[in-house]
Amino acid sequence: MIPAAFDYIRAGSAEEALAALAEHGDEAKLLAGGHSLLPLMKLRLSTPAVLVDIGRLDDLSYINDAGDHLAIGALTRHRDVETSELVQSQAGLLAEATSHVGDPQVRHRGTIGGSIAHGDPASDLPSVMLAMRATLVARGPGGERQISVDDFFTGFLETSLGDDELLTEIRVPKMPDATWGFQKFNRRAQDWAIVGVSAIVANGNAGVGLVNMDSTPVRAAGVEAALVGGAPAADAAEAAAEGTNPPSDLNAGPEYREHLARVLTRRALEAAGR
Amino acid sequence: MEVSVTINGDSHTHDVEPRTLLVHYIRDVVGLTGTNIGCDTSSCGACTIHVNGESVKSCTMLAVQADGQDLLTIEGLADGDVLHPMQESFRQCHALQCGYCTPGMVMAAVSLLDENPDPSEREVRIGLEGNLCRCTGYHNIVKAVLHCAEASS
Repeated sequence: MIPAAFDYIRAGSAEEALAALAEHGDEAKLLAGGHSLLPLMKLRLSTPAVLVDIGRLDDLSYINDAGDHLAIGALTRHRDVETSELVQSQAGLLAEATSHVGDPQVRHRGTIGGSIAHGDPASDLPSVMLAMRATLVARGPGGERQISVDDFFTGFLETSLGDDELLTEIRVPKMPDATWGFQKFNRRAQDWAIVGVSAIVANGNAGVGLVNMDSTPVRAAGVEAALVGGAPAADAAEAAAEGTNPPSDLNAGPEYREHLARVLTRRALEAAGR
Repeated sequence: MEVSVTINGDSHTHDVEPRTLLVHYIRDVVGLTGTNIGCDTSSCGACTIHVNGESVKSCTMLAVQADGQDLLTIEGLADGDVLHPMQESFRQCHALQCGYCTPGMVMAAVSLLDENPDPSEREVRIGLEGNLCRCTGYHNIVKAVLHCAEASS
């Protein structure tokens, strides 16, 4: 399978990428590691006229301790997140979930920013962003802005990033003392999650994000509220599917996904010591 | 667009369409057909090569993305007539049946041991989850990787 023809621009800097986006608007797509975009282009589900390759912007590949949070460059590869001692000690949930993305070959190429900006409800990392209440940093013609993860995912494969904006940094609160659990249910090795759950508990607060339970990555707000109210894991997990609208596909219908969400949320919370 | 890469130590420069996939470039333009195309959807791993020393599925990378990079394919693994230890282990342990997945499986296995020289059986199985063998010959493949790790230690 070969993608439809496109014009290729290799950006040498973030500024060059932004200039290309400004010129080509919604006809352009950004290419980072390409492990979400290229499969869609090969199936001709995505046919951008212009591909702006940001894969060489090494200055957007970093993991920094920024005081109360970790600052992770959008072009940091999954492999580097997964093996980072800083991420493992300060955001263990993110390191663990990242180690379940695709397979080793995919993690050698795919990037954290690419995965999140793709906005796929079946991806693992958005659920972590929701659970850890991450902040996304975007750069556009008007400068830089911070976006709360709760305002980021707006529709199926859609985010609040503008056509002329570039996701540059992911800010994840440092939570060295948090307990957490990550559950991913699939039938075959390296498959997408049929349903997945990221759960984290710290200082009486709880964060729970769901994979593949709606047309966007979603927060299990009912579970979080129950946990903050002191409910035990099994009781809180009963609320996991509340307010969701799970998809139906060859693997599972909505009812089964709702069941999975409750079971996996309970397991994730139990792993988190609740 | 012009692409210059090093493959198995040799420099190559060609003018390619931006939409050319790396695996098509390697097979059809450079003429190295040891790298197979299996599923063509980044699932099966038959097209696994190394880019700058790390395993990558060459069906999910554009040739233009590889410009300036150092590539290694199955043809570059052996040292003349002397097989790479992983190839030798595959031979010793009978880790191939039809052989279609083998080039990608070997390249993924070499990358796996580069990152984890002394893996457990479970780590080998998880580490090779991106490579499918339709003969289901996993038992001897895992054995070969563990044998290679042991022989190298």
